[in-house]
Amino acid sequence: MKAPLIEIKNLDVAYQKKLVLSNVSLSVFEHDFIGIIGPNGGGKTSLIKAILGLLKPVGGSIKHSLQKSEIGYLPQGNQVDESFPITVKEVIASGLEHGLRIKLGTAKSRQHKVHNVLEKVGLEALASRPIGELSGGEFQRTLLARAIISSPSLLVLDEPDTHVDNQFETELYALLKELNESITILLVSHDIGIISPYIKSIACVNRDLYYHASNEISEDQLKVYNCPIEIIAHGPVPHRVIKEHIHK
Amino acid sequence: MDLLHLFKYDFFQHAVLAALLMSITCGIIGTYIVSRRMVFISGGITHASFGGVGLGYYLGFPPLAGAAIVAVLAALTTENLTRRKVLRNDSIIAILWSLGMAIGIIFIYLSPGYAPNLMSYLFGSIITVTSTDLWLMLALSITVTAIFTLLYRPILYVAFDEQFSRIRGIPVMFINYLLIVLVALTIVLSIRIAGIILVLSVLTIPQNITNLFTKRFSHIMIGSVVLGFIGSLLGLILSYYMDIPSGACIIFTLVILYMMARLIKVVNFGR
Repeated sequence: MKAPLIEIKNLDVAYQKKLVLSNVSLSVFEHDFIGIIGPNGGGKTSLIKAILGLLKPVGGSIKHSLQKSEIGYLPQGNQVDESFPITVKEVIASGLEHGLRIKLGTAKSRQHKVHNVLEKVGLEALASRPIGELSGGEFQRTLLARAIISSPSLLVLDEPDTHVDNQFETELYALLKELNESITILLVSHDIGIISPYIKSIACVNRDLYYHASNEISEDQLKVYNCPIEIIAHGPVPHRVIKEHIHK
Repeated sequence: MDLLHLFKYDFFQHAVLAALLMSITCGIIGTYIVSRRMVFISGGITHASFGGVGLGYYLGFPPLAGAAIVAVLAALTTENLTRRKVLRNDSIIAILWSLGMAIGIIFIYLSPGYAPNLMSYLFGSIITVTSTDLWLMLALSITVTAIFTLLYRPILYVAFDEQFSRIRGIPVMFINYLLIVLVALTIVLSIRIAGIILVLSVLTIPQNITNLFTKRFSHIMIGSVVLGFIGSLLGLILSYYMDIPSGACIIFTLVILYMMARLIKVVNFGR
């Protein structure tokens, strides 16, 4: 088996002197698509901030086998001032900036990359629009474009599906599925109950972390487990059953 | 009422030059301040600098040099304490704001005799700018313009989203400290023209006028430089003919321009 991209061992993270994550371990491998779920204040965002190096852990370790610049990041929408005077293409181009460079490649290659990614997320028509005039979905698309323009090996998304309509959510996950063919994805979801079928495995975070591998429960296993009939019953709504666990 | 006649006077030429240089620095720096919602921080730095003016009078060195030192110290302290979350940001600002004013008042009171030009520090006096002031303003205009040209993208990105910039490896701390020092120096050199009490308006009104019509950082910068210059030139001429203080007249003109712009926007764009 290949070495993990990220190996978290016995991680403790404190936020404003309160321990929000304790003894968390997780290995992220290439082509993973991990959904991070859990209640508000459970430490989901703290976990990804620790992975991104924005929060210093108080205990344990995080080993990266990739450069920081290989990570694409989409923050929670409310972390950004939407009335800031900046256009869609300027925001997207900021995903290419690295270090303090007075010039970054030729303006042409940058424009070319911005154009390609605009097309990918379907924002060509809004390139010069200030971000204050975008809908929730268009704004999330802009942030997604900024996250993927540098062709990252790992994509970290913090609640990309808040304040967006169902149609956008469907499009978003279709795009993520396509990206997942070459990019490893970590996605924090705002809703504990609902998660995309494209997500391969799930990490439940509530101070500690329980990892549910993609192959955790197959239909064969369900038979072995003597699963109650209502859970394996076919219904109009697709669903997924993961192993029971208790957060300490 | 010969307008061209005015331009023959040395003092008026100096004043026009000062207005131009102030519009350049304040147009650029003000756009940064307004976009990043740093107006209150700037108010704190401005008023804290009065402590330096007082120290200058008392110890016998140029009050403006004192103001510059104290303003930069206040700026760095605010930035540092805010980063380390020692105190709430607005509380830090309020303390530095009033502490600076208090120090200024105490030392001016202790200085023997009459404090010349005190009013000009409080309310500005564009017609008494010296050639030294002008050289300093020119140097700052060149510095600010050069930094914003060369580092435009990193500055814009850090101002927009600090966290993301940090992940991209942009030196966020360096940009923040560099910019807060430029803010402090811009404020101090504009004090000669607009005064401590009024300087905030030259950093915010032109930006808010331009922001009515464009929502691009670079356009707001350029528009604010132009509008700031038009406003201060009109204010200057008005103050000369009506024989009223220039600083207040410039601010008044800028506010009138803002209201006119608002009106134009409502008429043409319905909002």
